[in-house]
Amino acid sequence: MLKKIALIIFTTFALTLNVHASSDGELVLKKNDPTEIKECWEGFNRATFALNQGLDKIIFKPVASVYKNLPIPLKSGVSNSLDNLSNVVTIPNNLLQGEFRKAGVNTGRFIINTTIGILGIIDVATLIGLDEYEKEDYGQTLAVHGVGPGCYIVLPVLGPSTARDTLGSLANFMGGDAWYNVTVNNDTQYFSDFDYYASRVTAGVDFRAKNFSSIENLETNSIDFYASVKSLYLQDRQQKILNAKIIVDTQNDSDWEEIEN
Amino acid sequence: MKKKLFIIIFTISLLINNSIAIEPDVFVQSTVNRASTLLSEEISKEQKIEKLKLIAKDTVDIRGIGFYTLGAARKNLSDDDKLRYAELFEKYFLKSFSSRLAEYTNPEIDVFSKEILNKNYTIVNSLLKATNERPEIKIDWRIYTKNPEKPLIRDLIIEGLSLARTQKEEFASVLNSNNGDIKVLFKTLEDFTNN
Repeated sequence: MLKKIALIIFTTFALTLNVHASSDGELVLKKNDPTEIKECWEGFNRATFALNQGLDKIIFKPVASVYKNLPIPLKSGVSNSLDNLSNVVTIPNNLLQGEFRKAGVNTGRFIINTTIGILGIIDVATLIGLDEYEKEDYGQTLAVHGVGPGCYIVLPVLGPSTARDTLGSLANFMGGDAWYNVTVNNDTQYFSDFDYYASRVTAGVDFRAKNFSSIENLETNSIDFYASVKSLYLQDRQQKILNAKIIVDTQNDSDWEEIEN
Repeated sequence: MKKKLFIIIFTISLLINNSIAIEPDVFVQSTVNRASTLLSEEISKEQKIEKLKLIAKDTVDIRGIGFYTLGAARKNLSDDDKLRYAELFEKYFLKSFSSRLAEYTNPEIDVFSKEILNKNYTIVNSLLKATNERPEIKIDWRIYTKNPEKPLIRDLIIEGLSLARTQKEEFASVLNSNNGDIKVLFKTLEDFTNN
């Protein structure tokens, strides 16, 4: 009970730093601008970041280095299957964001890929013209409805987040993720807790393997790796919230205007 | 006769002007091809790095990126500090840029479209083809076109993530952690370049 109260106080405190309900596109853009997001707990975040780097070196990096050398069809199958599974969170969020057409297409994709595509291993839906949309989550839905990101936070093992996105991800454990519901929340005879946690760890390894050399390169060539990762994460979140396909929609050109040769 | 002469001179001058201007997408494709040819050469990594630095000096607006990266802090710099910063940033940028690229062997990039933002900027869209190691990657290039005869690269936007913006926030973090002391940033850049 105390844990719950602490959690509520923490999220309320973090979010009230910039919660003002609005659905105006420009306001959403401004609120989620990486430079506008507050760094409230830099000491804690840097310590957690160092811990995560340690875990990466010991666990994720070695596993990803083996995984990335597996045959391409095997990696694609795993990746497709994980993408397909993410639809069970994307579809309710499409609906919550009022994107009914996308919810319909994603539902179609999920049904086709789970059945004809053998548990999502083969992306049959794309082959027949149902193109994939961006993944959605509860943090993005909160943002679309005007909730500001609050403070930047680095979570142990899970990595970069914001107060809003952390709160959003809690919705997954409170009935918002059908995969969690059938594996961990409910005692079904078909799945176990292991299936859920195995899928989460595999998703982490898949991401690490896909970005293997980029992450190494970034770390080697950064003068402040923590700041680089923070910037890239927040830019990526901004893009996902806006569902922007191209940077010209989101980058402020006036930043460059003062610099003339 | 005078009219004919005028038309000839006018047409020639038009042709000359047009032949000198370089289209941003052609510029990007040719720069990529230069880098790609170099990266597929059978020479040492160190030699590749040195040659990549020459390509970068020729095609990237290093000074512009440097001052953009510094953000608002550039307004408080003395002229001496500006000179010092420009020199340090160039060394930092060339080392960082060339060592990042030198890891690739024969990258295949296809330019497929462009969007003119205004007379100073065009975004060129391209795709880095997938390999066994990594998936296909979308790369947009922010090209500074104020001088159409000499377009310059000012930013690379990889899957929607701006490298210049990331670098700017990284530099701001170093300054914020050290009470805005530019000397600490100079030292950090020196250490990076010398290591």
